[in-house]
Amino acid sequence: MGSAKATVPFSGTPEQEAKLLEVIAEKQNEKGALMPILQKAQEIYGYLPIEVQTIISDKTGVPLEKIYGIVTFYAQFSLNPKGKYKVSVCLGTACYVKGSGDIYNKIQEKLGIQGGECTPDGKFSLEACRCIGACGLAPVLTVNEDVYGRLTVDDVDTILAKYSD
Amino acid sequence: MENLTVKINGIEVSVPAGSTVLEAAHIAGIDIPTLCYMKKINEIGACRICVTEVNEGRGFRLVAACVYPCSNNMEIRTSSPKVVDSRKKTLELILSTHERKCLSCVRSGNCELQKLAKDLGVEDAGKFDGSVNKYEIDNSAAHMYRDDNKCILCRRCVAACEKTQGIGVIGANERGFKTFIGSAFDMGLGETSCVSCGQCIAVCPTGALSEKDYTKEVLAAIGDPDKHVIVQTAPSVRAALGECFNMPIGTNVEGKMVAALRRLGFDKVFDTDFGADLTIMEEANEFVERIKNGGKLPMITSCSPGWVKFCEHYFPDMTENLSTCKSPQQMFGATAKTYYAQKMGIDPKNIVVVSVMPCTAKKFEIGRDDQSAAGVPDVDFALTTRELGRMIERAGINFTSLPDEKFDEPLGISTGAAVIFGATGGVMEAALRTAVHTLTGKDVTDFPEIRGTQGIKEATYKVGDLDVKVAVASGLSNARELLTKVQNGEADYQFIEIMACPGGCVNGGGQPQQPGSVRNFTDLRAERAKALYNQDADMPLRRSHENPAIKAVYDEFFGTPGSHKAHEVLHTSYVKRTVNK
Repeated sequence: MGSAKATVPFSGTPEQEAKLLEVIAEKQNEKGALMPILQKAQEIYGYLPIEVQTIISDKTGVPLEKIYGIVTFYAQFSLNPKGKYKVSVCLGTACYVKGSGDIYNKIQEKLGIQGGECTPDGKFSLEACRCIGACGLAPVLTVNEDVYGRLTVDDVDTILAKYSD
Repeated sequence: MENLTVKINGIEVSVPAGSTVLEAAHIAGIDIPTLCYMKKINEIGACRICVTEVNEGRGFRLVAACVYPCSNNMEIRTSSPKVVDSRKKTLELILSTHERKCLSCVRSGNCELQKLAKDLGVEDAGKFDGSVNKYEIDNSAAHMYRDDNKCILCRRCVAACEKTQGIGVIGANERGFKTFIGSAFDMGLGETSCVSCGQCIAVCPTGALSEKDYTKEVLAAIGDPDKHVIVQTAPSVRAALGECFNMPIGTNVEGKMVAALRRLGFDKVFDTDFGADLTIMEEANEFVERIKNGGKLPMITSCSPGWVKFCEHYFPDMTENLSTCKSPQQMFGATAKTYYAQKMGIDPKNIVVVSVMPCTAKKFEIGRDDQSAAGVPDVDFALTTRELGRMIERAGINFTSLPDEKFDEPLGISTGAAVIFGATGGVMEAALRTAVHTLTGKDVTDFPEIRGTQGIKEATYKVGDLDVKVAVASGLSNARELLTKVQNGEADYQFIEIMACPGGCVNGGGQPQQPGSVRNFTDLRAERAKALYNQDADMPLRRSHENPAIKAVYDEFFGTPGSHKAHEVLHTSYVKRTVNK
């Protein structure tokens, strides 16, 4: 899920495309092939931008809109790549009442992207998650494997600054 | 088929096995309200407006009548307090996210949602008001608006696009509360391979989908003293316009329509049927030439702009098979701005050609390249039957009590061959009437094998020494099936007629909208087509080449069919498009 607007230029390789075509050729004639094709495609590219969905549409004959409808329906599919640093803000009940919504908004503003998107330089991607089991530390966010807790909106700048490379 | 006995509201009724509760109630004279249900194409039981109580021996419970099958001895309650309460609550929930701008809505008075609110006695349409999603209106396509703020997510448009037409450029995106109907990657409809057929608009129960309305611009032109404003009406408009004024489906209102157009102030009231006769002269000639000179076969008709765009997107390798003839609308406009302009001594720049069409793709067609014979667009405004209905209503013209009047001359003279253009198989039949005459000198008028509403029809006719194999398809899913056979070498037709809309123009995307309660139980295509075939049978001239006005236009202007002049004015070219960019 997430915004339809591509924030990061597509950089698929011929190897990735060859792999995708192989998957399509293998599964095409099976009933209900679209879901496994989409899952494999996401494995290959990490996400499902218009370029990838168009290849699948052209090769299978399934209308692009139908594919897009499925991709935006299931949370497992993403229209945007993950960044080098995956920022994940917990919007579970405990974190939310402790103000994680404001933190989430601040990060969107700071990075200039919406949840589910990735910054154009490919550095940061942002998503919301639901409870990572650290309610005692609420509100909580993670950057890749690093966990930050008991946050206020003012902590956002300092945390993001740590990932400047 | 064996019958079942069911008890509807305490009264025993015998219904065919396999009937749904909805169908059984219809047999018993009760209309259960529906919203999402469209027979055969959208049987999804999603909207829950049709819920009805049934008892199959385990007590009464609510089921979706549109998809629930009857069983023997089933008891059905169609309007118990529980049923009414449930429907009302469902409707109030639907209304909670519906933009209720009924006063300015194009569908006001003809909206299925509005009617339901009245029928179910919704007490407070704002009862469950809360969050709403706000959507921008999509005006990117040449022919229509999509206003998702008025969409109730019934998915009838999606079914029409995907199932009837086999296109699928619209669908449900996102999920849950955020679900909306749109195109892939938030593209505007105009950026997709939409063919502008308007079948989505024809089935929309609300004002979410509507044609781009040009009635204001047309009235402004009529009011401009420097403009000579002429109007042409497509064959199938006369077979459906009466529905805008509650006349029975299938009433031919040609005379009243002409009278109304005159009262609206058009300088001349002409007939696209003239353009249709002209099309036949050119198309029959083109067909005979292709047969004689080994041209590209099968030749496929090009009257339906939705079909032409479909061919360009989905069968780009077959655009050479398309007849180069412009459609009747465009031939009429081109002739009006060349031959007629010259004859009347009017500068073509001061002629405004307005067409009234059963079609929304005609709005796209008038803007195509290579459709400006006199250096200005052949047609200036293409209105739908619905827009004309609106103009008549707004002008306060009492349509049903109008006298029957006749079209103006010369571009209002036509034959029975032109009238049947509005029904699937009609163009083929009209072309065969003239082609048979050209090749053998014989006059044959009836080709019953290619009449009727089936999606695909085939026949072989002996014309002189030739066996002419023809096929007729309507509805683009059927067209795709037929053309795939041709591409795979499984069929060797010489001549194919294709219409984008199922049943042909009578069931076009610009025709009056009939609610699900009518659509699901009446064959609109057959009823409207009857009006055209009856008119054809009653006409003194039934073959295009017998039309005196057509003879005159060739004598005075074009020379012969297929002449250099005719090619300049009456023929066009096509482009190859892709499905996905």
